[in-house]
Amino acid sequence: MVKNSFIFLVLIGLAAILLNLFAGFNGSTELGTIAAHYASKGIEEVGSANLVTSVVVSYRGLDTLGEVTILFLSAAIIGFFLKVDNTDNKNRQLKYTSEILNTASQVLVPIMLLFGAYVFINGHLSPGGGFQGGAIIASGLVLMFIAQPKKEMGHKMINIVESVSGVSFVLLGVAGILFASGFLDNKILSLGKFGTLFSAGIIPIIYILVGLKVGSELTGIALSLKENQNEA
Amino acid sequence: MENITLQNISLAIGILVILIGLWGLLTQKNLIKIVIGFALFDTGIHIVMVSIGYIKNRTAPIIDSAVDMNNASNLVVDPIPQALVLTAIVIGLGITALMLSYVLKMYQKKKSLDITNYKDLKW
Amino acid sequence: MLSIILALFLGILILVLAVMAVQNKNIVVAIIAAGAVSLFASILYLVLAAPDVAMTEAAIGSGLSTIIFFYVLNKIKRQNG
Repeated sequence: MVKNSFIFLVLIGLAAILLNLFAGFNGSTELGTIAAHYASKGIEEVGSANLVTSVVVSYRGLDTLGEVTILFLSAAIIGFFLKVDNTDNKNRQLKYTSEILNTASQVLVPIMLLFGAYVFINGHLSPGGGFQGGAIIASGLVLMFIAQPKKEMGHKMINIVESVSGVSFVLLGVAGILFASGFLDNKILSLGKFGTLFSAGIIPIIYILVGLKVGSELTGIALSLKENQNEA
Repeated sequence: MENITLQNISLAIGILVILIGLWGLLTQKNLIKIVIGFALFDTGIHIVMVSIGYIKNRTAPIIDSAVDMNNASNLVVDPIPQALVLTAIVIGLGITALMLSYVLKMYQKKKSLDITNYKDLKW
Repeated sequence: MLSIILALFLGILILVLAVMAVQNKNIVVAIIAAGAVSLFASILYLVLAAPDVAMTEAAIGSGLSTIIFFYVLNKIKRQNG
């Protein structure tokens, strides 16, 4: 009883704080100074039509690098925690999936992978980008795991894709120091014509790398939670 | 009547989802339900952040035929909260998966999902 | 005006599903309800002029995280019996 009333008090306290914030909030009618700069100068400085992309990849590119590192760390910790030997995994009994799921996955998985690649290649022109494309690719691969549980897919391929894209991301950032004005500067390549596929400097290349890295990390998380389902 | 705007409604939704998530986090006994409470808390915070960046009668921060290039700062919503939320969602998935793997490990040790059975740190 | 009605409708749906995700005794129902909260939240982001966030939430919040919850639940059930 004491515990319940304590929980009730915590909830009421947080609700009071949030209500206070809600009552004092009027909504802005103008962009803040920084946001206005990004919106008005973004095209000549970065050259990307999608302003969210220009903030994520170019203006705050270092944060994106840190974020991808956090995702890598959590994937690595999950893999470390759930590491169980695969020896008695060979002769386990797996239920066969239904005919419908099997056939549909053979049609859907290639389309999903293609759509994911489309989303992260066009990240600077339309909504989308590396994170969304990577998540779509990971969903496609997870659908494949569900449909064909017998198929073995090792962590090795995933690790190689992830390491190569991560190292290239950092190397492109260092190239920005050498050939342009700073880390992850996107003026290594010319900005090109606004609104075409080959424009916005190195943003498409970085988003392809981010897409591959996020896709392989999310697939790795799902794979390590899926493996060794009957070790008990 | 002029208080009922899209921004206020979505802000209220976000705040209520935060409170529901915290309520689940504090009252539930099942470890998986606690993780679900965390996920709801996360979603609520994302809704609050996106609705703070919204500005009435403006469009998405993508410059195309609908947005004049020279007047962009008067036509689009704030892109910065959206960029923050974009990365926060991806990190949220990583954290949820990490918590679930801890749950799995705890279950393998004690064969129980009830949090009241874990008394190792109680004295 | 239309967007306000849509937001109110989505809000009621999100809150009902969130309470269901917390309160329901059946864990499978709770996981599905939490995924549905994410799905309707992604429609709300679209109304709030954030298509990038909507795409991410739809792919990650309602797709991948639901699948990860079910993988873990499946593993726990297997070890039980």
